[in-house]
Amino acid sequence: MSPSISLTLNGAKRDVALDDPRVTLLDLLRERLALPGTKKGCDRGQCGACTVLVNGRRVNSCLTLAATLDGAEITTIEGLAAGDDLHPVQAAFIENDAFQCGYCTPGQIMSAVGLIAEDRAGEDLERIREGMSGNICRCAAYHGITLAVRQATRGSAGIKKDDAA
Amino acid sequence: MKRFEFIQPTSLDEALAAWEPGAAWLGGGTNLVDLMKTGAMQPVKVIDITRLPGLAEIETLAEGGVRIGALVRNSDLANDADIASRFPMVSEALLAGASGQLRNAATVGGNLMQRTRCAYFQDPQAACNRRDPGAGCDAREAGAGQAVLGWSEICIATNPSDFCVPLAALDAIVEVRGPDGAREIPMAEFHLLPGDTPERETALSPGELIVALRLPPEAEGFAANARYLKVRDRTSYAFAMTSAAAALRIENGRIAEARLALGAVAATPWRVTEAEALLAGQTPDAALFARAAEAALAGATPSGDNAWKIDLARRTAIRALEMAAAGTPAQMPALPASPFGSTAGDLAHA
Repeated sequence: MSPSISLTLNGAKRDVALDDPRVTLLDLLRERLALPGTKKGCDRGQCGACTVLVNGRRVNSCLTLAATLDGAEITTIEGLAAGDDLHPVQAAFIENDAFQCGYCTPGQIMSAVGLIAEDRAGEDLERIREGMSGNICRCAAYHGITLAVRQATRGSAGIKKDDAA
Repeated sequence: MKRFEFIQPTSLDEALAAWEPGAAWLGGGTNLVDLMKTGAMQPVKVIDITRLPGLAEIETLAEGGVRIGALVRNSDLANDADIASRFPMVSEALLAGASGQLRNAATVGGNLMQRTRCAYFQDPQAACNRRDPGAGCDAREAGAGQAVLGWSEICIATNPSDFCVPLAALDAIVEVRGPDGAREIPMAEFHLLPGDTPERETALSPGELIVALRLPPEAEGFAANARYLKVRDRTSYAFAMTSAAAALRIENGRIAEARLALGAVAATPWRVTEAEALLAGQTPDAALFARAAEAALAGATPSGDNAWKIDLARRTAIRALEMAAAGTPAQMPALPASPFGSTAGDLAHA
């Protein structure tokens, strides 16, 4: 079987011919589709730097074979902002000083977007820390990250309420 | 990573027919793809089973109990409200494992097939009898986290699964399909101790595939007093050093029936029926739990520099029994399966 896949990538349809089934989603994004925002840290599912959304759910793109993704909807850090308008989680990371070197930040932000969509941690700081434990920050910016996720969670609760009204 | 043939069957029969020696089933890929990268696993063919129909459902059974499809994702099972209320320690164990990202990918069937996290198994440069029969074992002099129960001279690896520990305690049944049809394997017989053949890790025959697992009706009787406890190097996103699933059915202040299984101490989840027998009919108290934990670890011996693990496992069992006796919490704890509650600190006041 020729592993050729069709994706919706950050809202745009993409047909991708794969010459090798070994390609992970992470390498596909970075090396073949010119989307280097998603970062390679450990490449073994231990650090979370490669987190993206697949069909709305956060996963480690380093452990996902691209060949398995025909028909999937992928969102990466490049797909979050609307033009110059940052996504609320991106804005909250800046406001809360939630990074130093920035290498883990795209994965942190995508994981936070996934966590907020899961709607299980709420504004409880301990639940946010537990929910974000799959993202390691070598600079230990965890304090700011936790506050940023809480702030963005508050914002999204407001948005949901407005939508319902 | 070695090259492999990739196929994506759309029916169970097609998948079973595609199997050949050296092939691997691909579910969430969180363990398989990782081990393919290190070279510890080198399948010639990867059969992606995630497009098979009907294997991702959670069904309540008419006779009681539940049937869980092999492709249900860990996060979906853990967060299923019905599972959390009827089999709370199953949810707690799942949420104690890995991370949000990994739980979104990992499957129920794949969790049962998880390979050991022994670093010498994962690294093809190291000698490992489990990966390469007859090669020797580099873990013998180096591994602090290795088995203290059921190990053999040629393999001291442990099973890393959290999920499998409550499954063992609750007498889960594994439903399998293969070239010779369908069969069922009790959880107690599913994983194998190493003995002289550590490369044989499960009771599955070549070409067999897990399609579902069932929790029997009796397993629901423990819902009010069931906990999973996991001790690890850091509070979250780490494999267990020791763990325990403890469940009590308490009637009129006495333990009518008890279930106890230990994790990360052996190559299989470690059910301790001797301890369960000792608990049955008794009034729950600290002295009783200490006796039960003593019985649970009675056969334990260090496999290297890990005598500490025997004591840690004993204390983990005692604490899990105490937590179970105190009652299943109404809401999943913020830190599932953790010995720590809310932690004080600046963030709590932020």
